[in-house]
Amino acid sequence: MDEIEIESRSLNLWYESVHALKNVTLSMPKKKVTAVIGPSGCGKSTFIRCINRMNDLIKGCRVEGELLFEGRNVYDRDIDVVSLRKRIGMVFQKPNPFPMSVYDNVAYGPRLHGTRSSGELDKIVEESLKSSALWNEVADVLNRSALDLSGGQQQRLCIARTLAVNPDVILFDEPCSALDPISTAKIEDLINTLVHDYTIIIVTHNMQQAARVSDFTAFFLLGEVIEFGKTKQIFEMPEKKSTEDYITGRFG
Amino acid sequence: MLAKTREKIIETVLFLSAATAITIVLLILIFLLKEGLPILMKVGVIDFCLGMTWNPIAIAGEPEYGIFPMIMGSIYVAIGSLILAVPLGLACAVFLAEIAPAWARFSLKHAIELLVGIPSVVLGFVGLVLLVPFVRDHFGGCGFSILAGSIVLAVMALPRIISVSDDAIRSVPRAYKEASLALGATHWYTIKKVILPSARSGIIAAVILAMGNSIGETMAVLMVVGSVACLPSPLYDVLDPVRPMTSNIAIEMSYATGDHAQALFATGIVLFVMVGMMTWLSHKVLKSKMGTAR
Repeated sequence: MDEIEIESRSLNLWYESVHALKNVTLSMPKKKVTAVIGPSGCGKSTFIRCINRMNDLIKGCRVEGELLFEGRNVYDRDIDVVSLRKRIGMVFQKPNPFPMSVYDNVAYGPRLHGTRSSGELDKIVEESLKSSALWNEVADVLNRSALDLSGGQQQRLCIARTLAVNPDVILFDEPCSALDPISTAKIEDLINTLVHDYTIIIVTHNMQQAARVSDFTAFFLLGEVIEFGKTKQIFEMPEKKSTEDYITGRFG
Repeated sequence: MLAKTREKIIETVLFLSAATAITIVLLILIFLLKEGLPILMKVGVIDFCLGMTWNPIAIAGEPEYGIFPMIMGSIYVAIGSLILAVPLGLACAVFLAEIAPAWARFSLKHAIELLVGIPSVVLGFVGLVLLVPFVRDHFGGCGFSILAGSIVLAVMALPRIISVSDDAIRSVPRAYKEASLALGATHWYTIKKVILPSARSGIIAAVILAMGNSIGETMAVLMVVGSVACLPSPLYDVLDPVRPMTSNIAIEMSYATGDHAQALFATGIVLFVMVGMMTWLSHKVLKSKMGTAR
């Protein structure tokens, strides 16, 4: 049995009066890719945004239940959100590099967490860009604005930026939905490599992508987990009728 | 057919309105130049702008038309007002845009709009009655001073700096903020390192525009600044009175004749050029933002 890194127990979430997550119970294993699939508005993004508490930013958002990271509830009163987010990185749907140079984007996190020496920063930037398979493309333009990169490069830069703070978990919130197929393939390759060192949770609209990159898959519908299991099993012989309908494209 | 004619008429009326507005502005400009240029040529632009003595009605000897102390007077109070208003306004804008809960934002926004609505002469009057004695009693000097002028102008500049900076901060993409927070940054670190730098050009434009307005402001300053056409001495003494260009025109226009009146128009030209440059510069800064942020 795999070691569990993140676990939600009867997690409920409301936006004002809208009940967006209903009794979500899931266990996400360490150093595996878990895909979260489901039709638009089913709560998949909401769910992964609970893990690094990005939902805290939304007014009127209320959470009940437990979300355990290494056995501790991230919604406990004494949890330090800042260090939680340092350990659980996030890559967003739209590439969102800062309007700074490529170098400063990657160095943002390490600087924030106290790395000052330029030698050390150089090393982190290079390693992070190599890990995100971007180094060869940007090594000569580190001082150029990150906004001059292509969309796919920007997204890999955002991944490098996340890697630079050395997290344990990386959350991907539909990382390829704004990218072309070639860039998408690069990101998927990258995820397959990163999983050796990181626990990865990816929200995706793309069934094939879930099938290609993930070890486990959770199918969400209207805020509930309908089915969760090994990706192979979910795609080849789903237990629930609605899961089958969704992955064969009958709705959603 | 009828619809087409109607359309034509509306278009013509609109065109004529626009043309009228532009023509009026041009006529004012031409008038200003016509009245002011001759004396400017006679005295010489350099001597006029850099001359230290303003003595337009000379009892004995030649009158002198040097407005340098007044140019400096305008700059003194304008910069003084910025020194006071920018930190305060920026802090207020950050609070409004990033921290304030909805109800506080709502009431503050209204309070700020109210501040815009106060006529400048009222601010000047309040300054005269309250501020000038306060400065006199607590800081020394006669009270009519650069400091008093700067404070009054700062109050006038505040709402504009706040609302433009607030807009600039709020137009920073939410994605930048999320990215920073997701990396484990605190809210304040995010404001300092990502949000304010991204809003920089909007904020700078607001500050330059505010400076232009401060230089052009007349009534409120006139009432508290003392209107002595000399440089402060020593130069950094903000408790000394000065006379900005606007005050000079307002005070002397009623009795000036001949060269003297022309010299006031020439002061107006200098003022016009300075304020125009500020406005142009602020547009330039805003435009350059469009270039980089795509």
